[in-house]
Amino acid sequence: MIDREQVLHVARLARLELSDEEIERMAGELSGILEHVDRISALDLDGVEPTSHVVALENVLRADEPEPSLPRERALEPAPDPADGAFRVPSPQAQ
Amino acid sequence: MTSELLELTVGAALRRIEAGELSADDYFDAYAEAAAGDRLNAYLWRTDVGARAGGGEGLRGVPVAVKDLFCTEGIETTAGSRILEGYRPPYTATAVRKLGEAGARLLGKTNMDEFAMGSSNENSGYGPVLNPWDTDRVPGGSSGGSAAAVAGRLAPWAIGTDTGGSIRQPASLCGIVGLKPTYGAISRYGMVAFASSLDQCGPLTRDVTDAAVLLRAMQGRDPHDSTSVGIEGGVELPTREDLAGLRVGVARDFSHHADGLEPGVAEVFERALGLVGELGGEVEEIELPNAEHGISAYYVIAPAEASANLARYDGVRYGTREDGEAGLDAMYERTRSAGFGAEVKRRIMLGTYALSSGYYDAYYGSAQKVRTRIAEDFDRAFERCDLIITPTSPSVAFELGARTADPLTMYLSDYFTVPMSLAGIPAISIPAGLAEPPTGGPALPVGLQIAAPAFAESKLLDAAHAFERAIGFDARPGGAA
Repeated sequence: MIDREQVLHVARLARLELSDEEIERMAGELSGILEHVDRISALDLDGVEPTSHVVALENVLRADEPEPSLPRERALEPAPDPADGAFRVPSPQAQ
Repeated sequence: MTSELLELTVGAALRRIEAGELSADDYFDAYAEAAAGDRLNAYLWRTDVGARAGGGEGLRGVPVAVKDLFCTEGIETTAGSRILEGYRPPYTATAVRKLGEAGARLLGKTNMDEFAMGSSNENSGYGPVLNPWDTDRVPGGSSGGSAAAVAGRLAPWAIGTDTGGSIRQPASLCGIVGLKPTYGAISRYGMVAFASSLDQCGPLTRDVTDAAVLLRAMQGRDPHDSTSVGIEGGVELPTREDLAGLRVGVARDFSHHADGLEPGVAEVFERALGLVGELGGEVEEIELPNAEHGISAYYVIAPAEASANLARYDGVRYGTREDGEAGLDAMYERTRSAGFGAEVKRRIMLGTYALSSGYYDAYYGSAQKVRTRIAEDFDRAFERCDLIITPTSPSVAFELGARTADPLTMYLSDYFTVPMSLAGIPAISIPAGLAEPPTGGPALPVGLQIAAPAFAESKLLDAAHAFERAIGFDARPGGAA
């Protein structure tokens, strides 16, 4: 059901680099899982409202009052490469 | 002395502490020592023996083990993933903070399936957890470390998280109590996100009363989680010893469609069902016609949400980073490919596929509609009954490696627990007896799942207490704890 090309396409979308072996395995496993999932395509779901969330809450607001947030140094502490008060990343232009 | 202390429920220990018969520090140290000797790989981090930080009135400094999915300020939090190795969060999860304010002390962080994705704990980036009843078997997952620690007398109680069964199933396989509260009962702030519309924190304990105590301490609205609402009227400690006046629903069709329901599990379930009448309750046959499609809907919705939530692990703000000489995109891909395990990659792929252009309606859209149908099934059922009971897991604890080759078989472990997660309603697993595994060998614990309408936790705990008293489960694991 899912072929190698589709696996590669989805992996690109998900920012995953898969080995040849992973691609092969993934194609088989995803096909098997989706075959099971496809049972729901036989159900008559016309007119059923989709549920994205189970708690009936709307527009949970708080007072618009400034509060202290995480200090910058603390937020940067766990970063792999903090620099000059920011998160440094490799150049998007590099080849 | 020490081994006797480790047999107490926290409720019993607190009574001794309050009566001056037991020192709170001795109680804490007994567990710190037990945890230090962990041979189940239940812990990823443990406090030192003699640690005295935290603790106070109320829970009197009793130790609590916390699944490594909860952020703990300054203490490594990995969510069972190599991609978060060494991560020390700058803040503490609300549930953990509230336990501290209630007087508990952090004993350790427990092992788990990576990002809570798994039903056996074999997906941990830090090695599998062993079941204290039989160390050749899995403890269940994803809160497998918490369940094994509580059952193996390495923690008096613990907290975990449940997205599709991750508290109830390991509780069942380890012979302890596990409660998944109503979605929104406890704040998710500081819980590493898996599937945000399903994730819920809850207790794993030796008895129902201890579960009520932990729920009471953790529940409540939190300004940091706008989906948290708390339990109106709070949580009563359970006292019921009968089921008089209660209608207990049983969905026969739902059970019959379960793949691989073991005869031993079915037998223990029937015995529990037989107790309903003895306890003065009434059995009501109900139908949950869409519940059998729960696994299909869940394995679209949960991976879809996970694929979005896990986009944040890109080697920029926290966690590990792989070489970026080939540029930013290559750094993202290499970091994620090296940091995530096989199951996490599989779910990200599944979720990304289900959300991708051309497939969204067929998979994600349909799954959300099935979710509605399942919630409606429960609404209708609860017009005719007060509670619903099912087995928690189709099987007793299975052998390590038995289901790793076939992801779908592993997913079907959650057959009975997933529908309640999709509907957002509370459900508890309590030990209901022992059954021999189909392949033979010593008998292993079987859990009874009890579900109730949203926010009816006090009623649920009360009924679970009555079942617990009547069942009188007193078996203990004999494994190398």
